[in-house]
Formats: sequence, C-alpha cells, structure tokens
Amino acid sequence: MKALRVVTAAALVVVALVLQVAVFPHVAWEGIVPNFCLLVVVAAALVRGPAFAATLGFFAGLMLDLAPPADHVAGRWALALVLVGYVAGLMRQETRTPATTVVATVAAASFVGTSVYALSGLALGDGVAGAGDLARVILVALLWDVLLTPLVLPAVMRLLTRLEPAGAR
Amino acid sequence: MRPSRPRTPRLLRGYRPLRPGPDSFDQRAERIRLRSRMIALVLACLTLMALDHHPGAGSPLEPAREAMGSVFGPVESGTSTVVRPVTAIGGWFTSKRSLQHDIAALQSENARLKSQQATEQYQHNQLAEFQGLTSAADALGRALVPAHVVAYGPAQSFSRTVTIDAGSDAGVQPDQTVLNDDGLVGRVLRVTPTTATVLLIVDTESVVGGRVGASMKVGFLRGRGGLGDHGVLDLQLVDQAAAPAKGDTIVTWGSQGGAPYVSGVPIGRVTAVYASLRESSHRAVIQPYVDFGALDLVGVVVPSGTHSDRGVIEADGSLQ
Repeated sequence: MKALRVVTAAALVVVALVLQVAVFPHVAWEGIVPNFCLLVVVAAALVRGPAFAATLGFFAGLMLDLAPPADHVAGRWALALVLVGYVAGLMRQETRTPATTVVATVAAASFVGTSVYALSGLALGDGVAGAGDLARVILVALLWDVLLTPLVLPAVMRLLTRLEPAGAR
Repeated sequence: MRPSRPRTPRLLRGYRPLRPGPDSFDQRAERIRLRSRMIALVLACLTLMALDHHPGAGSPLEPAREAMGSVFGPVESGTSTVVRPVTAIGGWFTSKRSLQHDIAALQSENARLKSQQATEQYQHNQLAEFQGLTSAADALGRALVPAHVVAYGPAQSFSRTVTIDAGSDAGVQPDQTVLNDDGLVGRVLRVTPTTATVLLIVDTESVVGGRVGASMKVGFLRGRGGLGDHGVLDLQLVDQAAAPAKGDTIVTWGSQGGAPYVSGVPIGRVTAVYASLRESSHRAVIQPYVDFGALDLVGVVVPSGTHSDRGVIEADGSLQ
C-alpha cells in the first residue's frame, strides 16, 4: 500500500510537470503557466498534512529544477515547494476541507511559492527579473492557480484521500 | 507582581502540558518529528543550491540533469506531438484551408524578403571589406538540423529556455547556434540523445556578440529576460563613441569556430538609443526579429556532413 502511495504521488507530479512545460505554454499568458506541481503539493498538504506535503514538495521541486528545459540553480523550486507544503499543511482540517479554504490556501501557496523562488534567485544572483515583471508574474501565476483549482484540486484530493492509510486521522 | 503559575516539578516538565489546551504527548512528538523533517528538507535544498551554484558543464548535478533529460525529453516530445494538432485547431476554425495556405506562403516570402533586406547592408559592407569571401566559405561549411520546440520553461522560473526534439542522435552538440526563418533564436546549452535545451537570447544570462549592419561596429547584446512579446535586448557597442541609428539591423558577430554563434545571422532592429552621459557611452534597445512567444520550427547550425538521424538541410538548400 505504501508503494502504491509513493507511485501515485510520483505519477501525479510527472503528469503535472509535463502539463506545465509541454501543454499549457500554448495557452500561456506571456509565458506564465499554471503551476500544476504546486497544486499537487497543496492537495497533498490538505489531505495528508505538512510532513508528507513538504517531502513531496521537495521531490516535485527537484524535478522542476532538473528536468529540461530548466537551467536555474537546482534546489530553488525544491525550497519553494517544501515551504509551500509546510504552509499549506498547516491549513489541514480534521473534517472535510471547505471549498473557500482550499481556494484561499492555493492563493497563499502560489504567492509564497513564486515569491520564495524569486527571492532565492535574488540571493543567488541567478535569473533576476525587474520588480515590475516580478509583481506581474506573481499576480498572473496566482490567478492561473486559483482558476485551475476547481478543475485539479478536488480530483487530486479525492485520489489521495482514497489512498490514505486507514486510521491516519 | 506577576501572578505566579502553579509550579511543575522539573522532571515532569517534558511530559505535562505547560499551557492549557488539548496538547498531548503524541502531538508533541509529532511536532518534533515535523520540525526535524522540515530542517532536513530545507538543508537538503540549500546543499543542492550550494553544489549547483554555477549550473553548467562543471556542476556536480549535471549528470542528474542529463538523466532527467533523457527520461523527460521523450515524454515532452511525445506530448508535444499529440498536442500540436489540437493547438492548430484554433487557426483551422478561423480560416479556410486555402486562405491558410496563402498566408503561409506569403509569410515565408515575407520572412525571406525581410531577412534579405535586413542583411543586405551588412553583406554589402562585408564584400567591400573582403570579408565576404572567408565568411561565405565558412557559411558553406554549415548545415541545419530541423527541430520542433516541445517544451517551454515557465515564466515563473524567470529563465527563458526551451526544449527541442533533436539531440545528440541528430548531430546536435552543446554551444551550437539555433535559428529560425526570422533570425537568431539562441544556443544549445546541453543535449541528451533525443532532446536539447536551448538558451534563448532574451534570457538575462545570454550574451551575444552583435554587429551593426550599417556601420560594422561590434558590441554585446544582453537579454533582459522580459516576458512574452516584451523580450528585448540591450546592445552596448565596444566603441563607446559610436551610436547605432534607430532602425539599424543587428546581425551576429560570430565566435571563433562558429561556436556558440555563427556570424551573419540577423538578430533584431534598433528601436531606441539612450546616451549615458556619465559613462559617455550609448545603450541601444533591440527588438528581436524572432517572436519568442510563438516558437515552433527551428534549425540548429551543425557542421556540414554531420551524421544525423533525420534530414539535414545543407547550405545549398538540398536535403540530405
């Protein structure tokens, strides 16, 4: 059962990554695409809590950092998604998560994720953008993520809930 | 005086809730576990960043990048092949087939004329300076490997890179020039057997040697990393007294041995010139000819006679 959970989580991240780099650029606004990896991490956080989500965020971020066409310093998306997993995991509730909480969590997670990534770039002097571009990217990415939330989050959360070990709550 | 709390024996302090609320030993242990896991993960991220501080040939993470590339490259290529007909549907609905055909023909004609016009002045100068001969011989020794762009780096990553579906099996090597029918696209950063990662010239890390077609002055073009259609380049001439005129065409200067950039590829047009009084130099803004928001078919410049798994377009236009 544990192996199945790991395989499912890995498959979700791979599908998210491919959607993000190969499919959605065709409908992107100025190159900004919805961050599917972040949505998967948020879904995991709301179902399984911060520890699992942070670990998943690390591996999802590592894939974003290493899979082509990425060419930034590795570990930047990993750090961003680890923090996203942790922050979103704090929003987990014992009962079924209300839709408004899910949307608010995605919005906060998107803001935190893109900002942490951009800040790590500033700290490392790697791929720095102007302040205007930065604000625009963070805002548009947030809108994209919130827009895609009703399409992605319920399905992913249901899948992860079904695979949850019995008595975990 | 502060109200005094009921004293807890020192030995029991770790096992009893210090503040009121539903806090139990289990939750405390879980919190400690979570904290140590978070510390481990963040440290792992920082270690990765330190190891990979300069991504490129010398980085210890390059083998991992290559492995990920050879796994993900084919997935991206496959997905892109499936998606391409779907993304073409939009255009199919809005215009009839014949109209579309006409547009394509006119566009290619336009691109040909544009590049001709763009490079005419430059070529004229080259001939006048007897550079044309060597350069033409140089150009004759090159061929193009055609490739499709299959994946785009998200703008959230603040780096402008794409994946193309030609790799070392097709004869593509790092530090080769990538162009399309409009002009210079970028250079190859790294290759896997089936795919290659291309750094676009609008990326902030990209520096291209450029030459003003009208005056033959040389300079360096740096990307500004702008989004979508706002991708512009900054040109700073080596001769600080010289100023390019608005509308001048910039072509590549060319590197030794044609790597990473071959010479004479049109890059863009000067749209604005700013004079910096303090440094008594000029900075020009270049609008690239290539539309980086809609890249599809590109060509990689390879030495003539390269062994490839697909048709290679030779310099005289023949397919091999």
